[in-house]
Amino acid sequence: MSNFWHWTVIIVVVLHLLAYLWLLFATSKKKTDKRSDNTTGHVWDGDLKEWDNPMPRWWLWLFVITIVFSVAYLYLYPGMGNFKGSKEWTSINRFETNYAAVTDARNKSFAGFINKPVDELIKDDQAMLIGSRIFANNCAQCHASDAQGAVGFPNLTDDDWNWGGEFDDIVTTLNNGRMGVMPAFAPALGEDGTKQVAAYVRSLSGIEHDAALAAEGQTKFGMFCAACHGPDGKGQDMFGAPNLTDDIWLHGSHEIIETGLYEGFNGNMPAQKDILDENRIKLVAAYVYSLSNKE
Amino acid sequence: MIDFNDKVVKQFTIATIFWGIVGMLVGVIIAVQLAWPAFNFDIPWLTYSRLRPLHTNAVIFAFGGNALLGTSMYVAQRTCQVKLFSNTLASVVFWGYQLVIVGAALTLPFGFTQGKEYAELIWPLDVLLTVVWVLYAIVYFGTIATRTVKHIYVANWFYAAFIITIAVLHIVNNLAVPVNWHLSYPVFSGAVDALTQWWYGHNAVGFFLTAGFLGMMYYFVPKQAGRPVYSYRLSIVHFWALVSTYMWAGPHHLQYTSLPDWAQSLGMVFSLILLAPSWGGMINGMMTLSGAWDKLRSDPIIKMMIVALSFYGMSTFEGPMMSIKTVNALSHYTDWTIGHVHSGALGWVALMTMASMYSLVPRLWRRDGMYSTQLINVHFWIATLGIVLYIASMWIAGVMQGLMWREVDANGSLVYSHVESIEATFPYYVIRIIGGLLFLIGAVIQAYNTYKTIKGDKAEVAVNAEAAGANA
Repeated sequence: MSNFWHWTVIIVVVLHLLAYLWLLFATSKKKTDKRSDNTTGHVWDGDLKEWDNPMPRWWLWLFVITIVFSVAYLYLYPGMGNFKGSKEWTSINRFETNYAAVTDARNKSFAGFINKPVDELIKDDQAMLIGSRIFANNCAQCHASDAQGAVGFPNLTDDDWNWGGEFDDIVTTLNNGRMGVMPAFAPALGEDGTKQVAAYVRSLSGIEHDAALAAEGQTKFGMFCAACHGPDGKGQDMFGAPNLTDDIWLHGSHEIIETGLYEGFNGNMPAQKDILDENRIKLVAAYVYSLSNKE
Repeated sequence: MIDFNDKVVKQFTIATIFWGIVGMLVGVIIAVQLAWPAFNFDIPWLTYSRLRPLHTNAVIFAFGGNALLGTSMYVAQRTCQVKLFSNTLASVVFWGYQLVIVGAALTLPFGFTQGKEYAELIWPLDVLLTVVWVLYAIVYFGTIATRTVKHIYVANWFYAAFIITIAVLHIVNNLAVPVNWHLSYPVFSGAVDALTQWWYGHNAVGFFLTAGFLGMMYYFVPKQAGRPVYSYRLSIVHFWALVSTYMWAGPHHLQYTSLPDWAQSLGMVFSLILLAPSWGGMINGMMTLSGAWDKLRSDPIIKMMIVALSFYGMSTFEGPMMSIKTVNALSHYTDWTIGHVHSGALGWVALMTMASMYSLVPRLWRRDGMYSTQLINVHFWIATLGIVLYIASMWIAGVMQGLMWREVDANGSLVYSHVESIEATFPYYVIRIIGGLLFLIGAVIQAYNTYKTIKGDKAEVAVNAEAAGANA
C-alpha cells in the first residue's frame, strides 16, 4: 500500500487506542457534585434517574488488558499498515508451510505404493483406505459416496464403462478429464424421426416399444447414431459413446431418450491432474478399479 | 398534558409481534429443510436458498426494525417530554417501512436478490428504504431537538447512533449501478467489495441489533425495575467505546481469505477490544436490576430482561473469542457461527424486545398490566429452553464439523468427506428444530396475551394516571 495509506492506518489506530485510555481516565476521574441520593440529579419521564456510581474496577482492567494485548499483537503480527510485524508472519507462508508438511507426509506414506502394480494395490487395505478418502473428498460430489453415480454421472461400481474400464483407461480419464458430447439431432431427425429412433433404441435393450416405429428407426440409427454407438449399438469407448443394448442409462432412464436425441447431451468430467498429483491419481484410480474388480 | 403520539407506537408494536411470528416461522421451516431437504417440496420459491434471506430479513428488519422504530418514537417522546416532531411523517414512516417489508416478502422468494448477505433487497427497495429512513431520522431527531428536558437520556444516544449509522451503512454497501428494474451491479469489486459487505454486515449487528436494543434496554429495564440506571459514567464510556470500536470489527468475517493480512489483524484486535465496551452495557443493565431481585419472583418481565442481558454478555464474550484467528480457523463456516448469531438474536435481541413489549403494551393501551402474568411466565420458560437447545446443539455441531473438516490422517489425506460431517450433524439439526419451535410457540403465546390485553379484558387505567406520573 502507498505511504499515505500506510501512515493513515498507523495514525488512526494509535489515536484510537489512545482515545480509549483518555476516555477511561477522564471519565473515571471526573468530579461531580455529590448529591445525597448518589444520582446525577437528572430525571426523565417521571422516574428515570441515573446513579453516579464508579465504573467497576475489574471491568476497567479488562478494558486496559485488551488494549495492552492489542499493542503487543500489532507489534508481533502484521496490522500497522506496511509494517510486517516482528515475527514476519503472513497467512500465505502459514498456508505454504502447512501444505508442504501435509504433502511431505503424503509422499512418504505413498512411497511404498507407487511402484506396486494395480493388482497388488487393490489387495492392500491401506492403499484402498487412502484411495477411498481421496475419492470421498474429490469424486463423491458427482459420483456419490458409494460411487454408484447419479443422473448424468456414471455408476463406477458396475462393469459398464463408457471410456474403458482398464486401470490405464481410468488413469487417463482422471488425468485429462472427458467431454461426453452427444449432438442434438432435432434438425436431422425432426419429431417423427426422433420417436422412431427412440423406439429402435428401446428395442436394443429389450424395452417395450412400438415395433413399427422401431423398424423405421433402424435405418435412421444406421445413418446418424452408428458412427459413434456402433452399428450394433454396443457403444465405442473411443468416443465415450455408451452401450445402448444393456438397459443402463447414464441420464436417468430410457424415458429421457427422446429429449436426449432432440437436445443432445454435454457430459463433462473435469481433468484432475492439476488438482491431484500423480500419486494420488494412481491410488484413487486403483480404488475405482477395485470397485468393479473385486475378487 | 402533552399530546403524545401513541397511535404510531401501537402500530409498530402490533407489526413487531406479527412479523416476529412470520420471521420465526420461516426460520423453523428452513431448519426443518436442513434436517430433511425434501421439505422444500420441489417448489422453487420454498427452497432454502430463497427462504433463508426471507427469514433473516423478516426477523432482523421486520421484527427487530419495527420494535426499534416503535420504541424509539415512544422513548423519545417520553424522555423528551414532547410530542412527536411530525405525526404525518411518523405515519409515512410506518407505512413506508411496512411497504419495504412486503416488497422483500414479494421479491426474495421469487429469487430477486442482490446476493449480499443481510443486504439482499433489490435496488428499488433499497431506494425506498433510504427515503423512509431519512424521514424516520427527521421524525426522531426533530423530536429530540424540540425536547423540553435539558439533558438527552442515555437511551436516546443509542437510538441516535443506530439511526445515523444504519443510514451510512445501508447507502454505502448498496452503492450499485442498476441495469434494469431488479438487477444492479455493486460499484465495489473483489476484496474491497467483501470488506465493504462485512463492514456493513458486522455494523448491522453492532448498530441495528446491539446499539438499537441497548437503547431499548436503557429505557425499559430501569422503568420496569423502578430503579435508577446503575452508572452514568459507565454508560458514557461504553457508549463511545462501543460505537467507535464496532466500525473496525468487520474484517473478522474474512479471516484467512484474500483480504490483506493487516486488515485481518486489525479486525481481530478491535473485536477483542470490543469485549469490554459490550460488557459495559450488560453490567449497567444487570446492576440496575440488582437490588430488585425480589421482583424476579413476581415479575416474569424482569426475569426475561435479566436472561436477555445474560445472553448479551455471553454472545459478546463468544464473539471476540471467535474473531481470534486460531479459534476462527475452527469455527468459521460451521454451525457454531449460526449458534453464536442466535444466542445474540434469540437470547438478547428477541428476549429484550419481548420483555419491552410486555412492559409497553399495558402502558400504550392503558391497561393495569398484561392480561395474564402466568402466560408471560410460561413464555419466558419456553423461550429460554428453546434458546438453550438451539445454541447448545449448534455449538456441538459446529465444533464437531470444524474438527471433522480438518482432520488429516498420518498419510496426509482428509479423513472425512463433507457429506459425512452433514450426516453427523443430523441429530443436532433435529434438536435445533425443537429449540426454534419452542421459541416460536413462545412468540405465539405473547401474541395471544397481547390480543387479550388490547381487547380489554383487564381494567382500564385512567388516562391521567400516567400523565400525572410523567409530569411529576
